[in-house]
Amino acid sequence: MDQILLSLMIFVPLLGMVVVFLLPNDREELIKRVALAFTLIPLVLAVYLFIDYNKSSAETQYFVSVPWIDTFHINYHVGIDGLSITLLLLTALLGPICVLASWRNIEKGLKAYMALFLLLETGMLGFFASLDLFLFFVFFELTLLPMYFLIGVWGGPRREYAAIKFFLYTLFGSVLMLVAIIAVYLNSNIVNGVVEGVRTFDIPELIQRATVEGHALGDSGFQKWVFLGFFIGFAVKVPIFPFHTWLPDAHVEAPTAISVILAGVLLKMGTYGFVRINMAMFPEGLDFFTNGIGFWGHSLALLGFINIVYGSFCALAQTDFKKLVAYSSIGHMGFVILGLAARNAEGINGAVLQMFNHGVISAMLFLLVGVLYDRAHHREINGFGGLGNRMPIYTGITTLAFMASLGLPGLSGFIGEALSLFGAFQEFPLLTILSTIGIVVGAAYFLWTLQRVFLGTLNPKYEELPEINRREILTLVPLGILTIVLGIWPNIAIDMFSESVTNLVKIVTI
Amino acid sequence: MDPLNNIKSLAYISPEIVLVVFAAAVIIFDLFVKDNESDWVAYLSLIGIGCSLIAIFITNSLVDINKPIALFFGMVRLDGFAVFFKVLLLLATAATILFSLRSEELDARLKGEYHALLLAVTFGMFLMASSTNLLMIFISLETVSLTSYILAGFLTHSPRSSEAAFKYITYGAVASGTMLFGLSLLFGMAGTGDITQISSQIATVLESGDVSALGVLIAITFILAGIGYKIASVPFHMWSPDVYEGAPIPITAFLSVASKAAGFALFLRFFYTGFNTPEIIQSIDWRLLLAIVSALTMTVGNLAALPQRNVKRLLAYSSIAHGGYLLMGAVLPTSEGLSAIIFYLIVYLFMNLGAFYVVVLIANESGSEMIEGYRGLSSRAPYVAGAMAIFLFSLTGIPPFAGFFGKWLLFNAVISEDLYWLAFIGLLNSVVSLYYYARIIKAMYLESAEDTDIFSFSKSTFALLGVFVVPTILIGFLNIFYSLSKKITLP
Repeated sequence: MDQILLSLMIFVPLLGMVVVFLLPNDREELIKRVALAFTLIPLVLAVYLFIDYNKSSAETQYFVSVPWIDTFHINYHVGIDGLSITLLLLTALLGPICVLASWRNIEKGLKAYMALFLLLETGMLGFFASLDLFLFFVFFELTLLPMYFLIGVWGGPRREYAAIKFFLYTLFGSVLMLVAIIAVYLNSNIVNGVVEGVRTFDIPELIQRATVEGHALGDSGFQKWVFLGFFIGFAVKVPIFPFHTWLPDAHVEAPTAISVILAGVLLKMGTYGFVRINMAMFPEGLDFFTNGIGFWGHSLALLGFINIVYGSFCALAQTDFKKLVAYSSIGHMGFVILGLAARNAEGINGAVLQMFNHGVISAMLFLLVGVLYDRAHHREINGFGGLGNRMPIYTGITTLAFMASLGLPGLSGFIGEALSLFGAFQEFPLLTILSTIGIVVGAAYFLWTLQRVFLGTLNPKYEELPEINRREILTLVPLGILTIVLGIWPNIAIDMFSESVTNLVKIVTI
Repeated sequence: MDPLNNIKSLAYISPEIVLVVFAAAVIIFDLFVKDNESDWVAYLSLIGIGCSLIAIFITNSLVDINKPIALFFGMVRLDGFAVFFKVLLLLATAATILFSLRSEELDARLKGEYHALLLAVTFGMFLMASSTNLLMIFISLETVSLTSYILAGFLTHSPRSSEAAFKYITYGAVASGTMLFGLSLLFGMAGTGDITQISSQIATVLESGDVSALGVLIAITFILAGIGYKIASVPFHMWSPDVYEGAPIPITAFLSVASKAAGFALFLRFFYTGFNTPEIIQSIDWRLLLAIVSALTMTVGNLAALPQRNVKRLLAYSSIAHGGYLLMGAVLPTSEGLSAIIFYLIVYLFMNLGAFYVVVLIANESGSEMIEGYRGLSSRAPYVAGAMAIFLFSLTGIPPFAGFFGKWLLFNAVISEDLYWLAFIGLLNSVVSLYYYARIIKAMYLESAEDTDIFSFSKSTFALLGVFVVPTILIGFLNIFYSLSKKITLP
């Protein structure tokens, strides 16, 4: 029974897609409820797996491996470790929240919207659970199609441009990754120039083989360029400067729920892939880019630093509320990169925690922007003012989210960033110190936004603006609770993945 | 096994005989059918194809397919490779006939000739897939070309169609003339027309110094002109956009799939059987030549497709590009390359024919072949739009559709021989191709039409659409197609 739970979680949304398709077009309430039900099931399963997961072991749990395309040694191999269960939980949590956030503001083609959303959820869940490189890639790409339509059909005025830009950028990254995947596959059975055994796509098996003396996968020259192939694929997704330009466009045009998924989960796919493949499989390649010797030894940390500082300063310059949040995402993902570049337990733990926390906090921020946009139909920060009196509950929740995002101690954002910086400081002291500029700028733009939107005199246009409603509060409360709980007691999350991270640190320390 | 003589061979070519008999029967039958009942001609042709398919399986059961039989004193050969292509070609022809039934372009009075010619061209393609002699290669190629010219020009009232046929003939004549010259050079050097013996003969004359490697390379290049013309590879591709645009849509679909597949069958047999020994490759590196042709073909095809507004023409350029992708597998005379091509051809058959079927349907309903005619299709004909989106994404090579798995096999084959540069060019081309395929998808889903009438299609239309959609989704997930494509080998 336990064996199929994970697969059940992955494919329940896909089943939901089929069910939604079969419903009549005009039964909108029913469609929404069915979609909600099919996103709640994975959540329940994810919570069960989260509780049942054996934290004290770094072993893969709940794994299933059945042959799929025998001829090419491709298996349907899924399983979870501390890292993947954390992100699976995040994905499953955001699923129903996004369905609720789309309850009222999808004006056309609700059925298709929900069906595509459910397909997207299957893609994301499958990606975080897969342990076969081929399957991993298929799920990675599976998220592209629904995302293209969700932005392109239900997005804002420049949706067509944003959708195709997102699609082309990601596809460009993933074709480079595909070359790397094929290269890994073809070299997977060559030891000392001689063929030994059969080829494989199996990730744990590949990691194991790479450590064998004289194995083609372990060759440092090979690792370096394969590392780059995967890295560019993931960097587009994270996004890491200079591959980030699709993100502000996509975020601004996407409907609220899709922005939430984009920031909350899709960006994490990039960093998760980086940890799962680049770090665990190619420690030699990683070493070259993060060993702190010369330019290349600093390159990854430098990219993290650029993301933090560049993202923050760009956010500071925005007057569009959503664009501000989008750029702040780029900045906060920089901490993840910096923490991973450190290659030590603090850095990686911090980075993984930051991945989860950023997922929760940025989801809140985008939901809040959506709430305001649904009422005022614009997002111009300077066009508001004095909303604090008019919408006290909304103001309270927004303040919480802002504080969490800018890294106020006691809220979850702080812990992840602080741990990442602790880790990074041991390896790259100068870059870490300079990166703290990003935190200062982050505080500046959030506080300044708070002032411009909620303080001052109320714009007479908005005297009748209704307060945030119960459904909207329902989407925000679970996320708000998480930011507070994880801020005070981060070990709930860290305990889940610290064993897996310890294991990873062993691999990357060569 | 020794080649069989003419009389003994007859038993093994019953699929071909069936086709010829039905082609004749269709013409005679047409004399007795009224114009408004001309659909019966199509049904008779379909029966012919069905009988031929049965005949293939019967002859197949007579022989052990792993032991190829040489027929007609070694002129043609019956092996698993030929059988695979024959089945593929029959499926493509059957689809073409079904499209023609839907298409409103064709003149009812000419349906007899039309279907007879289709069966005849299929017969020619059968020979292309099984010829093992230079002379037979040329004859089969000409049989296909001559009938194709007529089919391309079949819309007698349309000047574009006549132009297409004329261009096709002009280019075709030059290409086959060049090829014939190459064949005669090769025959002169090797002293034999049998391609199973050419490799050893050429190796001998090269060693003795009677013939220079350059001479053989020139002969190969000339022959490549004829084959390259059939598969529309650069620089012999110029005819194809005009012909594809002018020809009736079913014929365009037929040319882009069946004609290309037959061309590849000939191509593969010629190079794999004739020039695949290490000694020859060492002295004549025809693989680099093919690699360059492949890279150019897909790049030119994709870049030229970018500005197209006519969907038929766009798909024409896209099929040039797909010829380039397929050539990647042929660059390497390895079994991996061969099975990748076989697999990709199966996938390509379904996704490309499917896309053309949608073009037929939309042309019937809106009278337009332009991208503008696809605006708002997602609300006017949601299922057709959905199917088209699947075909186009599959053509781009995006998972989970079969096109992705096909491309993956091709890249796998290329990278396994360390041709990384070619793989990179191929993959970047896939990204470029997304842009123009997505333009159609954008028109269907993101734009709305001024005219919002709902298109209505019959149940059988959807059934036929399903025949193309289901494989396009499923083939990649089924191990059987991978093992099938691995089983087919060339000596």
